[in-house]
Amino acid sequence: MIKETYPVKAGDMTAAGDVSARIKRQMKQLGISAPIMRRISVCTYEAEINLVIHSLGGELTFEIMPGKILVCARDRGPGIADIDKAMTEGWSTASNEVRNMGFGAGMGLPNMKRNADEFSITSQVGVGTEISMGFLI
Amino acid sequence: MKEGSALPKNETYYHSVRLDVEKCKGCTICLKHCPTEAIRIRNNRATILSERCIDCGECIKVCKHHAKVAVTDPLDIIHKKRYAIALPAPTLYAQFPGEHKATAIIAALFRLGFDDVFEVARGAEVVSYAIGKTLISQDRTLPVISSACPAIVRMIQINFPSLIENIIDIVSPMEAAAKIAKEEFARKHGVPAQEIGAYFITPCAAKVTAVRAPIGQEESYVDGVISILDVYTAMNAFIKEGFEPFEIDRASAVGIRWAAPGGEATAVGSRNALCVDGIENVMRVLEQIENNRFDRLDYFEGLACVNGCLGGPLTVENAYVAKNRLNRIIKHAEQKKVNRTAIFEHAQDTLRMTKPIEPNNVLQLEGSIFERLEKAERIEQVLASLPGLDCGSCGSPTCRALAWDIVHGDASEMNCIHKLNERISALASQMIELERSTRFSSPQEGEKTQLRAKEESSHEAFRV
Repeated sequence: MIKETYPVKAGDMTAAGDVSARIKRQMKQLGISAPIMRRISVCTYEAEINLVIHSLGGELTFEIMPGKILVCARDRGPGIADIDKAMTEGWSTASNEVRNMGFGAGMGLPNMKRNADEFSITSQVGVGTEISMGFLI
Repeated sequence: MKEGSALPKNETYYHSVRLDVEKCKGCTICLKHCPTEAIRIRNNRATILSERCIDCGECIKVCKHHAKVAVTDPLDIIHKKRYAIALPAPTLYAQFPGEHKATAIIAALFRLGFDDVFEVARGAEVVSYAIGKTLISQDRTLPVISSACPAIVRMIQINFPSLIENIIDIVSPMEAAAKIAKEEFARKHGVPAQEIGAYFITPCAAKVTAVRAPIGQEESYVDGVISILDVYTAMNAFIKEGFEPFEIDRASAVGIRWAAPGGEATAVGSRNALCVDGIENVMRVLEQIENNRFDRLDYFEGLACVNGCLGGPLTVENAYVAKNRLNRIIKHAEQKKVNRTAIFEHAQDTLRMTKPIEPNNVLQLEGSIFERLEKAERIEQVLASLPGLDCGSCGSPTCRALAWDIVHGDASEMNCIHKLNERISALASQMIELERSTRFSSPQEGEKTQLRAKEESSHEAFRV
């Protein structure tokens, strides 16, 4: 019904959060209920931060379908070698610099999984990662 | 601006903050400072979008022409009922020059004509106690968000509906004070409660609205709200004259502290609290709370005004001067130990809100989900055609707001002076083109006539 794609630049910490803020504004306009909006906000924010910190750039898509909202994060590498490990709370490859900014605590992926009704992640080293999150409305 | 009790309580979207049309010059200062984008400039005057206004008073503070005003009750209102109790906000104590203790200020309130004075700081003590208990005992969504600043509560209703469940369901110190003051007065003097009026002395416009159209309660315990600005001169004169001794139960530092930022968080005994003042800052932090960016934050005190209530739009004294003065008043009050646990235990259960706080859906587009999607799409299309300068010259605060207004039929693209300019330039060059193509149609005319025609044609275009 509606599908929007927002590019996210790698390494641009000053713009980190802009896309999730835009998605949130869109959800308010459309009247998505507060508890669902909250969960989606947490997930889009985490996904956006991940793209900025870890990827070589990518995009977030926000899609409303009958009965469900789908949020996808796709990036162009570097990919995750061990997904099970990456899904463990507290595990992170973030640099000290990023950690000093209050990010990279290793909670991003677990947080996304916890807040989404459907969660899937596929990744290929050197190619990229794709995370898909579904929210039932 | 004054007003009696002409306006009914609970009127839909009652607002204290109003526009004085005579004084408004139609500039864009308030437009650019309104945190909820509730102002538009139309026909060279500001208008306030009632459903969006949260009465924070930012526009009152920034308007150079004093065209934004807060409607409060006149002092005469204290004769509405047989007995009148003053409820001074602790901010009042810091307004008067000189080394005055709160005692001198309370004495001046008696001289204004009140039969009794009950410090709102005492209400704050009970509320602090009740919130403290809630923080320890209950399984609540963290962080618990303060309900004391009515502008912030309204901001959450509009912009952060998912955080409504975090707001503490305990009434504000003003309400607690009014309730307890009336009960105590009725008991002490053996008079019926309905003959007692309680009047808040306010630094804040949003509190007027909170009394007329309460959130979380059916009706307010407060009978009138009087601006500090309106009692200042008379009180100052009384204070200079010295005072007669009086007897009331006095508030402790715990409650007085609430006037300044962080006072509330200290008073409720939170282990990991955050206090933020200034509405723009509060909005940024609420955004971060919504994104789960805080670890183990248990209490959030958000204050719309910089320097909290001391920076309220209806105060007289500079907020920093007042803060410094309040610190000395707090130190003085600290020497006194008050133990009111019994009263607190009794009162705390009666201070719960009785009505749920509802989200305010003004940011939501109207119609079915399909219509909403369609409108959202049109807003994006219109926005893409606008220059993106957010200059406010069109009378809407941002290009996005103008796009919203256009889609809702409340403005047209030609409200944008940049688009208008483009259009005029295009028309002007069309006219020139037209003139050129007809230049040789009347060969007998000289060059001067041609030039004049050219001037006239571009002049015409500018009148379009």
